[in-house]
Amino acid sequence: MTATAERSVAPATTEAPRPRRPLPLRLLIGFLRHWLLFIVLILLWQWYTVGDEDPYFPPPTEIVGKMHDLWFSGPAWHLWLTQDAIDNVLPSIGRLLGGWAIASVIGVLLGMAIGRSPVLRDFVNPLVSFLRAVPAPLLLPVFMIIFKFGLAMQVATIAFGVVWPVLLNTADGAASVDKTQVDTARSFRIPRLQWLFGVVLPASLPKILSGLRIGLGLSLVLMVVSELVGTTNGIGYELLNAQQSFENAALWAGVVLIGILGNVLNGLLMLVERRALAWHGANSREKE
Amino acid sequence: MLDVTGLGHAFGANQVFTDISLTVNEGELVCIVGPSGCGKSTLLRSISGLMTPKSGEILLHGQPVRGKVPGDLAVVFQDYSRSLYPWLTAAGNVEFPLKRLKLTTAERKERVREALEWVGLADAGKKRPRQMSGGMQQRVAIARALAYRPALMLMDEPFASVDAQTRFELEDLLLRVRREHDCTVLLVTHDIDESVYLGDRVVVLSRPPATVAADMKVELPAQRDQIKTRASEAFVSLRSEVARLLHGSGNSEENETEAAEE
Repeated sequence: MTATAERSVAPATTEAPRPRRPLPLRLLIGFLRHWLLFIVLILLWQWYTVGDEDPYFPPPTEIVGKMHDLWFSGPAWHLWLTQDAIDNVLPSIGRLLGGWAIASVIGVLLGMAIGRSPVLRDFVNPLVSFLRAVPAPLLLPVFMIIFKFGLAMQVATIAFGVVWPVLLNTADGAASVDKTQVDTARSFRIPRLQWLFGVVLPASLPKILSGLRIGLGLSLVLMVVSELVGTTNGIGYELLNAQQSFENAALWAGVVLIGILGNVLNGLLMLVERRALAWHGANSREKE
Repeated sequence: MLDVTGLGHAFGANQVFTDISLTVNEGELVCIVGPSGCGKSTLLRSISGLMTPKSGEILLHGQPVRGKVPGDLAVVFQDYSRSLYPWLTAAGNVEFPLKRLKLTTAERKERVREALEWVGLADAGKKRPRQMSGGMQQRVAIARALAYRPALMLMDEPFASVDAQTRFELEDLLLRVRREHDCTVLLVTHDIDESVYLGDRVVVLSRPPATVAADMKVELPAQRDQIKTRASEAFVSLRSEVARLLHGSGNSEENETEAAEE
């Protein structure tokens, strides 16, 4: 009975595989699957706005043109960046990455300590849950008093917002290091630093990286917000300026630039993640 | 070399073992065999210093072991997949515990290469645990212990998680390695055949609360063979004696609860 059932199934598995579509076509299909909706919406926007001259909603072509004029029409030896881009976009990126990096280092170190020490965890838990509930933008006035206007205030705001997801994720990862891995390290008397950076850190890396990714998104938001008050340059400052002088195309250009920036940074971090976690199950399944 | 006297431990009101005394002499391979739930792993963890037992004394080279792992002791765990660090290569895992020892880089690399060669993984140094079979992973764990050059190697059911074929291979690997490199091994297992096949001596634990039911010398030739040794008369009589000690005493009701625990 089972034998006949198997025989009737067998031909299906031995059948020649369906011929694959040619490569260009497959690439095109893959591209459309990811981008078709996006492209259609842009085209719709273009088609709708190009007819009537609504000053608040300029057509995409105008926005892209504005972006080019504002930031990307510079000389080749400046990598085509204009003076405006060098004065505003680069400082913004610098603040964002600076605040994010500082928060990451603090968050990972404190998170590992909290994750591995139940006493410390109980000790600081109420403080951490109180502080992380405070929205970072609300602390802008406080940071303004402490750091005055300028770079330190912005970096502090970004770092304050980013540190919590990094810290909590790291603590979570560090607390859940496998018991056998702990016993192995203890049985070989692995010294403290080698234990922390050779076992706890890599074991928590998947969690840490997801914390860093949440933090990166936050740092973009906090960068813009911190530039809306109290600076004389930056993308946020430019946005505010454009809005106040009714330069709607420039306003939209800023919004689009931030969107692109967020995507590029996230993409870069995901590349790093994929490399750093090549050993990890979620990313190496195909090898098994 | 290792002297355990009057060791006892309880989890709450649940006494797992009492008054365990045993010795391991230099160069010996001693197997502890016992029914499941008799605290074999707890016993091994106590001896290794990973935990502190409620009572009794453990001396390694005459020095008391209490809550701290002695520097010249290595443990091979049952669960190789979680004992190896998945982010390190096989060679990286073997090298990891050597870093705190005062060795030059060249000496360290040489020990890693050598240990991997001993377990037959000379070419697999660059592989990560995930790319290896269970048997290979446990070989790496054994290589890691060997490269560390411990005075005493403790093995906690080291071959319980691999398939039967691999298990035979690894048993012979252990016998070969200890013969060639003069290791002292204390191995815990629930498998009667394995304990007799591997051991110079077999320490039989009774049902919990466990005590030492017997400490038997295994009178088999040093050179053992999976087929011939296991078929020999001496082996068969030894294994049935161990089995009698393990299962013979006590009533059937207890046997059932034990099976349920397993």
